[in-house]
Amino acid sequence: MKLTSFVQDRQLTIALTGEIDHHSAKEIMDTVSDKIDVYMPLRCILDFRDVRFMDSSGIAVVLHALRRMNMLQGRLLLQNIPAQPYKVLRAAGIEKITEIKEECPK
Amino acid sequence: MKGENYMNLEFPSKSANEAFARAAVACFAAQLDPTLDELGDIKTAVSEAVTNCIVHAYPDELGPVILKARILPDNVLDLVVKDRGRGIENIEQARTPMFTTGGDDRSGMGITIMESFMTEFHLSSTPGKGTTVHMKRKIVRRGGKK
Repeated sequence: MKLTSFVQDRQLTIALTGEIDHHSAKEIMDTVSDKIDVYMPLRCILDFRDVRFMDSSGIAVVLHALRRMNMLQGRLLLQNIPAQPYKVLRAAGIEKITEIKEECPK
Repeated sequence: MKGENYMNLEFPSKSANEAFARAAVACFAAQLDPTLDELGDIKTAVSEAVTNCIVHAYPDELGPVILKARILPDNVLDLVVKDRGRGIENIEQARTPMFTTGGDDRSGMGITIMESFMTEFHLSSTPGKGTTVHMKRKIVRRGGKK
């Protein structure tokens, strides 16, 4: 899994790519946690633009990042979520516990 | 549509096979001319079912995962995902959203997602013998006559 990220004004943006399933989730989770721990952002943005598939393992990735950001008293935002991952996130009610900036246009 | 079509697969419970399983079913389902949304739902449900075999049926060893897909009349995709693993002690508990025995890296949403994304969902399990998930998804016919 290739993850690109950048930091600006204590805002960390992480671009997730490819397919998020149980096979890939642990590594993504660990990488996201590591980046949050290193940069200690006030806002962390997970960008889903290049996620081609996601199952419920992705929900765990988001919850993990959310717990991390809560510990830092920061905020987690999700953005550019394509339709398929969005449906999975919605099934778990993620929109009630994190901020979703915008959905990906189809 | 002439006669019914089917396919059977068996593979070991390695997590690398999650992507293979959902891609194989997506290719098989393509003959029903699903929309991207329908295909996404089917791939998600297959991914959840196969992941459950890997995480829960065979937590400490590899075992066989059997995947069967059939096309039924009226544009219905019929899927069976079966393992010979340790089975589920308490199905009601397993069905509860956010409940998991899988630890911190599992969301506990797998069964909920399969139930809500598929038209029909049936789970049967015998502790010590294995678990079978049976799901159906009707694919809406679009456009002109086929």
